[in-house]
Amino acid sequence: MPVRPMNIGPRQQFLAGVRAELPILLGVAPFGMIYGLLARDAGLGPAASQAMSSVVFAGSAQFVMAQLFALPAPGVVIVLTAFLVNLRHLLYSASVAPYFHHLPARWRWLLAYLLTDEAYAVSIVHFRHGRRPTLRHWYFLGTGLALWSTWQLSTAAGVFLGAQVPPDWSLDFTLAVTFIALVVPALHDRPSIAAAAAAGLTVLLAQGLPFRLGLVLAAAVGIAAGLLVDYLQGTLRPEQSTAESGL
Amino acid sequence: MSEAAVWLTIVLAGLLTYVTRLSFIILFERLTVPPLVTRGLRYVPPAVLTAIIVPELLLPGGQFDLSLANFRLLAGLAAIAVAWRSRNPIATILVGMGALWLLQFLF
Repeated sequence: MPVRPMNIGPRQQFLAGVRAELPILLGVAPFGMIYGLLARDAGLGPAASQAMSSVVFAGSAQFVMAQLFALPAPGVVIVLTAFLVNLRHLLYSASVAPYFHHLPARWRWLLAYLLTDEAYAVSIVHFRHGRRPTLRHWYFLGTGLALWSTWQLSTAAGVFLGAQVPPDWSLDFTLAVTFIALVVPALHDRPSIAAAAAAGLTVLLAQGLPFRLGLVLAAAVGIAAGLLVDYLQGTLRPEQSTAESGL
Repeated sequence: MSEAAVWLTIVLAGLLTYVTRLSFIILFERLTVPPLVTRGLRYVPPAVLTAIIVPELLLPGGQFDLSLANFRLLAGLAAIAVAWRSRNPIATILVGMGALWLLQFLF
């Protein structure tokens, strides 16, 4: 019989993933509740509010979608805005893809569904330093499912409470303060600050554009500004780029 | 918006989101991402989220309002200060919402 040391089987990897995700869940649960409240406040039914948490399964996008449903903005604009807010998943997908390369397709379809900011942040650290590379997918499954269940349950709690919150609580303002909590700590280098400043200015100037398309334009200008500052300060070096692996 | 349109919007947004997640894991698994794209994607969150925050603070009700009577701007600035100093999301949200409620209650 082969000798199998403790703590390295699929089950242990899965549980290690769940455990690593636990501290983050404490922060995620209130967000899920706020989303549930916000969705009900925006006039969405309980079933649609809850369904969005499993169909879209991306906190920031769900916050914005709830707010746009309340306006109400046209469906096309809501879909486009959600897509923009979720574009960052391309980056995560590119980053984890090499670690999932050996897996059967059904595993990869499942793990892609569970690819969120929180599961990515915890797993990528483990992937880069962890042993037992062949069982990484079980670890990721642990982080992903822990987050998924917390998100569904906290949404349900918010949806349930939503019916009982009076409208003059200005709950829609949670969108702004939640995003401030996400963005401000991330503004740690000049290109990021330039991206944020350019996008903020553009969205004000483009206020007259129909269907909130100012957001789309502001995102493009912001990204361009970030890259420009990168280029000016020499942190973007296209001539070396082919030699670098990127992520 | 009709009930059917709401559901269609949710499903389409969900599908597009899933496509971004599947992208390099399934769809373009043989592609390597150009570094310029990787770099550009880093600026998507600060650009998009700021473009959502700014109108919430400076255009309440659709009108540009840079004054002390704009409670959302004042509460937002308080939240920005807390986020900058503490980097604590829960404290940021509590202070921002608390400041808005306090201002609305007092004035």
